[in-house]
Amino acid sequence: MDALAIYALRLGDDALILGQRLSEWCGHAPALEVDLSLANMALDQVGQATHFLGLAGVLEGKGRDADALAFHRDVMDFTNCLLVEQPNGDFAQTIARQFLYAHYQHLLFERMATVNDERFAAIAAKAVKETAYHAQLASDWVIRLGDGTDESRARMIAGLDWMWRFVDEMFAMDDIDEAALKAGAGIDKTALRAAWDERVNAALAEATLERPASRRPVLGGRAGRHSEHLGHLLTHMQFLQRAYPGATW
Amino acid sequence: MSDPSKEWPLWEVFVRGKGGLSHRHVGSVHAADAQMAIEHARDTYTRRMEGVSLWVLPSAQITASDPQQAEALFAPAEDKVYRHPTFYSIPDHIKHI
Repeated sequence: MDALAIYALRLGDDALILGQRLSEWCGHAPALEVDLSLANMALDQVGQATHFLGLAGVLEGKGRDADALAFHRDVMDFTNCLLVEQPNGDFAQTIARQFLYAHYQHLLFERMATVNDERFAAIAAKAVKETAYHAQLASDWVIRLGDGTDESRARMIAGLDWMWRFVDEMFAMDDIDEAALKAGAGIDKTALRAAWDERVNAALAEATLERPASRRPVLGGRAGRHSEHLGHLLTHMQFLQRAYPGATW
Repeated sequence: MSDPSKEWPLWEVFVRGKGGLSHRHVGSVHAADAQMAIEHARDTYTRRMEGVSLWVLPSAQITASDPQQAEALFAPAEDKVYRHPTFYSIPDHIKHI
């Protein structure tokens, strides 16, 4: 794959894996309405994944479509950032992951909607409205749980503590990112960090929560070096196509 | 099931289908406050492009008519057909009547 195809693949993998994680809540959320919230966000992410993986397949030019890329790759071939594959844990841990990622994704798509490459810009322009809502919803929950009961507060702190070491990877730039930026398809992710910090800090302040201390970042997702959790996720997500290759319905 | 006294209160949800139409009652959601009720209403009742505007109000704030009084309240209108404006022809371009 060339740089642009890999760039699209990364965007698609982030959305796909986060969508799969969120969908694991279906039927298990704390309330029926929250079940629908999480499922709606999961569907938005899977929709974005379909577009970006479809584009990755076109750019690759070997006849692979979004389904082939989603269901017929193994764990080392996935290029999502480590944050999105982290386990759901309790509701607060899921909200922590969603909060940190949704604000990044919203800023990313805001910027990407203006890039010269219309294929990337068009997907981002559609997705940015969805992610604006995801970011707002996640912030609301961080505030509710952080500034809630002793138990909800302790769980919110623990959830953020789990997820925080995966923050820096979202903003890291490598050769693929630089190539996509130069080609007019990608964006400078480091330039999103100040706005992300501002939004996250504002929500944390309203939630009466301390911003977790910086720690040594864990990297490697973009290069296929994943946590043990992704393989387990794939066994669920890819089961049907592994057991019955090519099955359609 | 969880303790009902600890459940979020109920909110009635009204959706405006499109500009110019009234908000219409579509159902209810549980939520801790008005902001959460709007979010839950959005996620529950507008996921298939059903609306352009939402109202929520606490179900406890609704006063309903007494079913025992239904006869006294509503039966007297039954034989007053002249109150329907059916004796006028409505121009074709007037919608939503």
